[in-house]
Amino acid sequence: MNFGALDLHTVWFGLVGLLFAGYVILDGFDLGVGMLHLWAVTRDEERRVFLNAIGPVWDGNEVWLVTGGGALFAAFPMVYATVFSGFYLAFMALLCALIFRAVAIEFRSKHPSARWRAFWDASFAGGSLCSSLLIGVAMGNIAWGVPLDARGEFAGSFLGLLNPYALLMGVTTVALFAMHGAIYLVLKTEGELQAAVRRRVNPLIITFILCYVILTLATLLYVPHITEAFRREPWFFLVAVAVVLAIANIPREVNRGREFLAFLSSCGAMAGLMALFGIGMYPNLVFCHTAPAHSLTAFNASSSEKTLGIMLTIALIGVPAVLAYSASNYWIFRGKVKLDKMSY
Amino acid sequence: MDVLWLSRLQFALTATFHYLYPPLSIGLGLLLVIVEAMWLKTRRPLYHQMARFWTKVFALTFAVGVATGIVMEFEFGTNWAAYSRYVGDVFGSALAAEGIFAFFLESGFLAVLLFGWDKVGPKLHFFSTCMVALGAHFSAIWIIVANSWMQTPAGFHIVGQGLAARAEITDFWAMVFNPSSLDRLSHTVVGAWQAGAWLMVSVGAWYLRRRRHREFALASVKVGLALAAVAALLSLVSGHESARGVAVNQPAKLAAFEGLWQTTPHAPLHVVGWVDAARERTHGPEVSGLLSWLAYGDTGHAVTGLDDIPRADRPPVNFTFQLFHVMVAVGCALIVLAAWAAIALWRGRLEDSRLLLWLLTLSVLGPQLANQAGWWAAEVGRQPWIVYGLLRTFQGLSPVVSAGQVATSIVMFTLVYLLLFAVFVFLLNDKIRHGPDDGDLQPAGKWALGFKAAEGAR
Repeated sequence: MNFGALDLHTVWFGLVGLLFAGYVILDGFDLGVGMLHLWAVTRDEERRVFLNAIGPVWDGNEVWLVTGGGALFAAFPMVYATVFSGFYLAFMALLCALIFRAVAIEFRSKHPSARWRAFWDASFAGGSLCSSLLIGVAMGNIAWGVPLDARGEFAGSFLGLLNPYALLMGVTTVALFAMHGAIYLVLKTEGELQAAVRRRVNPLIITFILCYVILTLATLLYVPHITEAFRREPWFFLVAVAVVLAIANIPREVNRGREFLAFLSSCGAMAGLMALFGIGMYPNLVFCHTAPAHSLTAFNASSSEKTLGIMLTIALIGVPAVLAYSASNYWIFRGKVKLDKMSY
Repeated sequence: MDVLWLSRLQFALTATFHYLYPPLSIGLGLLLVIVEAMWLKTRRPLYHQMARFWTKVFALTFAVGVATGIVMEFEFGTNWAAYSRYVGDVFGSALAAEGIFAFFLESGFLAVLLFGWDKVGPKLHFFSTCMVALGAHFSAIWIIVANSWMQTPAGFHIVGQGLAARAEITDFWAMVFNPSSLDRLSHTVVGAWQAGAWLMVSVGAWYLRRRRHREFALASVKVGLALAAVAALLSLVSGHESARGVAVNQPAKLAAFEGLWQTTPHAPLHVVGWVDAARERTHGPEVSGLLSWLAYGDTGHAVTGLDDIPRADRPPVNFTFQLFHVMVAVGCALIVLAAWAAIALWRGRLEDSRLLLWLLTLSVLGPQLANQAGWWAAEVGRQPWIVYGLLRTFQGLSPVVSAGQVATSIVMFTLVYLLLFAVFVFLLNDKIRHGPDDGDLQPAGKWALGFKAAEGAR
């Protein structure tokens, strides 16, 4: 397909962002449920309800990460290569966490012994917690900036990735996913279990808001390249305001028993947060704080225009289909979780 | 050990372990479609029971396949960053297409296949099973396209020079249909069908040997064997076509497959053998002219030997030779076994022969061994290139990753994968020993309606 004068670089910056935003919003609640799994409930049946709340959807949600990674590889190979090799040990740890999270869901129910289940419960929760933390730390480093050499290779160290700002982003992500997961569980549970989950929602919202406020202050004070876009175009602040309003709306909807709207609010808040991240970063994909000229951008780190055009054609064919059958999957498995003999 | 060797070891380790599962998902996916179609057509409760049982086995293999597959996608960037920069424009597109067209399709309908028995009607369920199987096949298409491009690059040009050189797409369809794509795709897919089909045969034969679940076991052997036999023959055909392509496109690889040192007409084929690389000789029984005939349809046609390949461009010969011969030997053995079992079944003698039942029980190992050996032969035979003729493997490494880091991740993957494998075998064994659920002979929920209606119609 011929896309004429369309700025394919910016389009792909947005599309890759959209795929990762989709991942964060969708797998975010799976990971949140995982983190609450050990902590919020103790009985086997309650834990099974938790698992089956995400059972039919978690796998499709993880595909957003796989496809986001593939899209990054195809559209911005320089970024893919630099980030994945530069964050080597962190990404290996992330893979390990995602593996344990994934197989725990499948394996836990397959054997009745209590110790078996305790092991996979721990690996489900631990895998979810570590995945969330590492995703946040990685994003924190991208926002903060990483040292790059003149060829665009990562020039830092593993310990350098564990800087305070990145860790703060990691903790904020954990709080965000836990909050999002709790709200999803309110939507999928009923009765006493729902009441137990509901009690967790407000403390989690407060925790997240605290983290978010500290993170925002840290960003305003110490990460000027992110805030530059907002100084240039002040109306972008409206997105930040919308995020706060969406989060404030969550307890209101939960109290009124409108669980679905509460969940949508949470999704909207996360979409807003990812939008803020993208606006702050653009056009950088990897910001180099030691030598900004070395930064990898949507323009100097991309594939050829021809490939970006081919990929856009693929996306235009594929994405509507993906949205259609993802939506129908959520529709078929809507409503409260009921355990049956095919359940986990 | 240096970082090149360690990175190759890690990729081999993680790819080999991953590749145990997707072929099972592809093969079992197709078998689920067949079994469910038979249930919808005949309404025999036995097929409903089979669909349920094999769905559970499918779920287990699928989960491990997904968990280990994401590692592969990350590893291109983590361990092979220079390669990723070089090929991203081409290889990345195929990988992204795999995500959009295959993985979403598979995962989108998987939930209905696994948990939707009582939520949707039998027809929609069948449709979902078809979509999951189709998704599994699509994922094979795109990853084989990407890998085949590394074997026989096409539809690209090189821009930039030296360290900044990289491949860019000039013709998307020429990239997709590069010279080896279709041959290698068909060979890989029928290999995957064999993996699923022989598993079904194997479990059925085990029950027959133990005199358990006789009806279920016989039906599993029949359905599995039908696909196994077809796929085993197709493996022979597609393998032959693939090798003819290798002769033209990757002569160094074909020479290594057969340990052919001199370029010669009437090139011989070794049935078995041992390559003495130091003396540049291959020992073992050989059939003169057979290689020329297989590769070019003419015993007098010259086949390129290793003496025409610069030393620096030769793959490890003996290792590639043995891998290739293991694949061919196991593939042929499976054809013989399929023929033997089919004749025994036809004559109603299958359950009389303990030996045959034993061999059929072990048959599940055959396609796994052949698939792995074949994949290794294809990848080791491409060495020393990571992209054939364009980029050497050592040039593809991540410049910033140290040997210590790779060693750390190898230890991690080894431990994690040993645990996963142990758990997978334990659960599979558990499921097989538990056997099919007799409750599934009386379909419940929305499935019962169809069942009763069919009973009433009789």
